Amino acid sequence: MRIKKSVAVSENGFVFDSSTGDSFNLNSIGREIVELMKNGSEQSEITQKIVERYEVEPAIFEQNLMDFQSMLKQFNLMEE
Amino acid sequence: MPRKKITIAITGLNNTDNPGPGVPFIRAIRESDRFETTVIGLAYENLEPGIYMEGITDKTYLIPYPSSGAEQLLARIEQIHRKNPIDVLIPNYDAELFTFIKNEGWLRERGIRTFLPGMESFMERTKDNLSSFGEKYDLKVPKSLPLTGAHQVDQLFEDLDFPVFVKGKFYDAYKAWDKHEVSTLFHKISAKWGLPVMVQEFVEGTEVNVIALGDGKGNTIGAVPMRKTYITDKGKAWGGITIDDEKMLSLTYDIIRKTKWRGGMELEMIRTRDNEYYIIEINPRLPAWLYLAVAAGQNLPEAMVRLALDEKVEPFHAFKSGKMFIRYSYDLIGDISLFESITVKGEL
Amino acid sequence: MAKLAYERPIINRISAGIPDKFGMQSRIRPIPQIEGLSVEELMKKHGSPLFVLSEKTIRDTFRSALKAFETRYPSVQFAWSYKTNYLDSVCRIFHQEGSWAEVVSRFEYEKALANGVPGNQIIFNGPHKTRDDLEVAIENDSLIHIDHFDELYTLLEIAGKSVTKPKVAIRVNMDTGIFPRWERFGFNYENGEAWDALNRIMLSGKLDLVGLHTHIGTYILAPSAYGMAANKLAQLAINLARKYNHHIQYIDMGGGFASKNTLKGAYLPGTDTCPTFDEYADAITSALINSEIEPDHMPTLFLESGRALIDDAGYLLGTVVANKRLPDGRRATIVDAGVNLLFTSFWYDHQVVPAVISSQHTENTTIYGPLCMNIDILRDAVMFPLLRPGERIVVPRVGAYNMTQWMQFITYRPNIVLIDTEQRIHVIREQENQNTFQTSERIPQYLK
Repeated sequence: MRIKKSVAVSENGFVFDSSTGDSFNLNSIGREIVELMKNGSEQSEITQKIVERYEVEPAIFEQNLMDFQSMLKQFNLMEE
Repeated sequence: MPRKKITIAITGLNNTDNPGPGVPFIRAIRESDRFETTVIGLAYENLEPGIYMEGITDKTYLIPYPSSGAEQLLARIEQIHRKNPIDVLIPNYDAELFTFIKNEGWLRERGIRTFLPGMESFMERTKDNLSSFGEKYDLKVPKSLPLTGAHQVDQLFEDLDFPVFVKGKFYDAYKAWDKHEVSTLFHKISAKWGLPVMVQEFVEGTEVNVIALGDGKGNTIGAVPMRKTYITDKGKAWGGITIDDEKMLSLTYDIIRKTKWRGGMELEMIRTRDNEYYIIEINPRLPAWLYLAVAAGQNLPEAMVRLALDEKVEPFHAFKSGKMFIRYSYDLIGDISLFESITVKGEL
Repeated sequence: MAKLAYERPIINRISAGIPDKFGMQSRIRPIPQIEGLSVEELMKKHGSPLFVLSEKTIRDTFRSALKAFETRYPSVQFAWSYKTNYLDSVCRIFHQEGSWAEVVSRFEYEKALANGVPGNQIIFNGPHKTRDDLEVAIENDSLIHIDHFDELYTLLEIAGKSVTKPKVAIRVNMDTGIFPRWERFGFNYENGEAWDALNRIMLSGKLDLVGLHTHIGTYILAPSAYGMAANKLAQLAINLARKYNHHIQYIDMGGGFASKNTLKGAYLPGTDTCPTFDEYADAITSALINSEIEPDHMPTLFLESGRALIDDAGYLLGTVVANKRLPDGRRATIVDAGVNLLFTSFWYDHQVVPAVISSQHTENTTIYGPLCMNIDILRDAVMFPLLRPGERIVVPRVGAYNMTQWMQFITYRPNIVLIDTEQRIHVIREQENQNTFQTSERIPQYLK
């Protein structure tokens, strides 16, 4: 699963999917994660990078990440 | 005479098929010889066309809905006011007027002027009070009853005949031909606008409207009657023509004198075949077709802004009849980046 | 290098039309403390969920209501509406402030007596009073507010045999321009029924007609409706004076003042639309003062306001149990306090806020209670931050009705604590336990 090619993310976290016309907002950590995903980072890599930079337990972050990615899927922003 | 520089903030930029008065108000104030106006648009929704139209607002901000509470709305306005000091604020939606009228003093303390009806006038003309309003000021109004639960429908029609109008507290009006339709509309309208839902007798005749401005002391500063020539399926005027109807004018003067109306007003009436006039609604603001009055010789937005600034304003005595308006739609082209700016930053 | 503050990643869809809250002031304002005491500490000590009442708010609210009326009218008497909150400690605070008691059942009547209220300062309202109730009330010289003709006939019958003359008032229902009309209680004004009842009382000679009572509804946002009601009761008083030269001692305007909670279906929040005590007082007292009642015979104004006096003083505290993602993508948060404790959530959109928030980001969330029942919803579709299990929530403005209408369903009802004016905490109702139920249950021998 990765982020669709048609999905563009701006610096302010505005997301526009040119294949569907849908738009979304990301908070800044959400934007970082989407960028990492777009660059092909694996789950473990994302977790490692975030945990290094932010004050958060890996277990909690992994839960949040799972939920976040389920929303990306729900919003049809991912593809096989 | 050099034009006076002012900044007005204004809502109602929804220039859609159910338009708000914001855009025509701005058009009128921009034509004023007295003012050089900076216009701050205040939008509740990120697709209000006025945000994107050329030459309308100088700057637009998103503001939270009144339903999220006065505190939030006022905090946002204060924030905007600090960035771009506002001289006059013109709210244009019925649903927001309660909040702005109630907080007129708060705004004034911060140097923001308004020109709105008093709370008492505002409340006594609401749709659910129309009957007692008619009684108090000796006006003909259609029979109208409030509905607070769908179970009351049966009881209601002991006193009313079909068809009827079913109306929301702030907006929306639909014609219904049987009880079943009334129940369905009740649910639909109450979900959107709350209770009560009004059921109003259908009076047969021609729909005519008056736009007017009262000075708050009983004087009518201006008034122009109009007959709708084309009505959309939402009941909105898509075309109209100014008419020289003495009786409508004297009715308007009478209402403004008795209520000491302050601010803009739209009187919606039905003229029956026997030339009787029924008041069906009193809107506490200038209507979306206000530019027709400007074209007919009465720049009521300019007069209203002057009144808000405590200037002395001479009443208009004449207007041209036979001026007409035809609304049209036009596809504005923008880029997703504009949308991004208004949604992410809340301003454009 | 210090790490950055963490915030959970969030993505929200931007719908055309609906404004996004990004960049705007957050609508969530947490409540970390009540009367200066930490919510977290309160719950650590007294459990979760927990009801908290502020004595200071009760007294302040009462005093501002009293002031609103007393500055406008010569004689004012409040009577505490027991049904709104009949915790003894709460009732006693109101009685200390000078309130009489307004009761609607024998249970409440006995509670009022037990709280030390003299019989002649208890108003007995309501459609259901047994013959025995009436006899006891007469004996104690209480004020009986008659609801219907059957009650009136029973009273006349008892009065015939009794030594004390029963003190009575009638409850009147009427059109005050608002909906719904509470026509099921009392005698109707417009169709002459109320006047008829008054004539029967006067002509019987057996009852002491001391007052007139109305209670026009609940959560009334229009002060003018009270003005209209006061006007109509004044008219009845004038008619009595004219016909019988009888002057009633009081006019009881009942209750029904709104609180700042927001009714479901209302467009604007209650904090914006709720009238002040001054506005209600102005409408009522102007109607009485401007009526034709002779100045020497101005009746005392009784008020039975409940909700408006106690709602703000009550808080329900709870704890997040879990978070879920519903199949349609909506967020669900489950908390340990549900409709069993917050009965008023059936008609209010209660404000639910976190005790503490780490992030301003909110998401469309449905807040469910802990019951295994589909209707157990505290708030549907509210913008709410994500809280972790164990984090605390606060529901303010729950002082009215919840502590009397709550349900004991599948679990024990929690502690109720009162914070007094010196910030001391008192448990004023203990959490229930197995014993609470075992004492009133009886098991037949063969099931033992």
